[in-house]
Amino acid sequence: MKIKAALITAMTWVLVLVFFFPVLWMFLNAFKSENDASSIPPKFLFTPTLEGFQLAWDRGMATYMANSLFASVGATLLILLLAVPGAYALSIRPVKKTQDTLFFFISTRFLPVAAVILPLYMIFKSLGVLDNIIALGFVYAAINLPIAIWMMRSFFLEVPREIVEAAQLDGAGLYKELTKVVLPLVLPGIAAVGLIVFIFSWNEYFLATLLTTSDAKTTPPFLASFVDGRGLFLGAISAAASLATLPVIIAGWVAQKQLVRGLAMGAVK
Amino acid sequence: MARDQVSAPPEPLSLEKIRKRQDWQRRSILLPALIFAIVMTQVPFLVTIGYSTFNWNLLKPNDFAFVGFDNYVTVFTSGDLWPSIVATVLITTLAVVLSLVIGLFFAILLDRSFRGQAIARTLLITPFLIMPAAASLIWKYSMFDTNIGVINWVVSSLSLPPIEWSTDYPLATVVIVLVWQFTPFMMLILLAGLQSQSKEILEAASVDGAGVWRTFQWITLPHLRTYIEISVLLGTIILLQVFDPIAIMTKGTGGTKTLSYLLYERAFIGLNVGEAAAYGVIAVVLTILVASAALRTMFKVFLDGGGK
Repeated sequence: MKIKAALITAMTWVLVLVFFFPVLWMFLNAFKSENDASSIPPKFLFTPTLEGFQLAWDRGMATYMANSLFASVGATLLILLLAVPGAYALSIRPVKKTQDTLFFFISTRFLPVAAVILPLYMIFKSLGVLDNIIALGFVYAAINLPIAIWMMRSFFLEVPREIVEAAQLDGAGLYKELTKVVLPLVLPGIAAVGLIVFIFSWNEYFLATLLTTSDAKTTPPFLASFVDGRGLFLGAISAAASLATLPVIIAGWVAQKQLVRGLAMGAVK
Repeated sequence: MARDQVSAPPEPLSLEKIRKRQDWQRRSILLPALIFAIVMTQVPFLVTIGYSTFNWNLLKPNDFAFVGFDNYVTVFTSGDLWPSIVATVLITTLAVVLSLVIGLFFAILLDRSFRGQAIARTLLITPFLIMPAAASLIWKYSMFDTNIGVINWVVSSLSLPPIEWSTDYPLATVVIVLVWQFTPFMMLILLAGLQSQSKEILEAASVDGAGVWRTFQWITLPHLRTYIEISVLLGTIILLQVFDPIAIMTKGTGGTKTLSYLLYERAFIGLNVGEAAAYGVIAVVLTILVASAALRTMFKVFLDGGGK
């Protein structure tokens, strides 16, 4: 029995490491010279260098990451501002209308981005906000708002009714009831929603590549531009990809539990 | 009289009264979100439907005219639509099913307690956190590449002929990257499901002499049903829109031209707004068809606010 358990554990670890290998390989290649990075057989021992990072940096990576950060943080804040009251309104006294509105919100998440990109592109063009990072942030807020409202509602539903009712009897207005009583209780949930929305925005490529060209370009289109580059820069690509993914990887590692709940839209406790 | 009124005890505030008084207020705080969603997603969608009835090519601005359903006729007879629907459905189905099966397998493995369990789980969820554009690049160059890719190094170490992934198996490359990214997603939700199983029932089953497989089949799987439905639904919604690995790895070659990518090509390379809009509308219809069946089951779950 003990041997069997040990074997299963060993197998688990082997499979996990195989799965993780591409990520590990990306981080290793990031610190290799181009010759080491493209060597066959692959080099696991090498003299680390920052050449790849230097090249990514010289191509203006800092600007693109700053754009990504601006659009993602902006979208996250706007979403929280809209979704907190929105989800609260939908979490109390479920009536037929609430269900219809909920259905409307979830259905907008089913709407492929492809269905709205053309008008958005045309409107942005005529308003002169193509390649504008604020405009991109607004679009990110719009496409992630439904999922945020859904997740947040599930957290609000868990607030014990008695607490809210007690506050109401004490004469707390809606604003006080929400900010002083309910919000402190669902803060971890709100953090989870914020994190997920941030990740989705940070990783988004389709809209970014269509709605931005240079000034407002974000990290994903910048990474994709390596594809058309001449020659192979595996070291540089890996360095750029490492920088681009590291913030989200760390955030995801730290907030695993909240991530699960949020991703399953509250259907998983 | 005035004195009477003053001394009369204030009417006690009942919850019912408070609720009624605040009812409009409670509903109105939804309005900003609702208006924002309508303006940014619903209105553009209606405009897309409008666009799809015009002959509108940015290269030929003088030919702009209302053409009714002509774009749809063009789209349906062009021979591009059907392969694209097949590609979309095939890629989505393969990716969802494979990542669900592998995800379930990993969830079962990680549900045991063993040394380094938390670290193993943390490493395993990482692919899901990787930016899809970065994942596609890394796989394209460091894994699949014929000359310097790790996979072909392994293959040739086994003295097998190298695999030309990008030319011979473009669909497989896309599906592999998607499965790699979505397996952790499925695993996380299913693991949460496994861990919410009642230990007593499992023990009772084992006392009753039910074997591992029978316990899994009769107790665990039914319990996991909700979680499987959720992960399949969410995975399907996201994957039906897949664009990033196709744009970066295959550019739509070899049966990987999904509806998203086809629309992108028509609109932003061909500059044919009318036809692209028609593809957009068709993409929506397809999404609704595929997802609504699943949604009807799921919606009940969501409304109840959670699984068991």
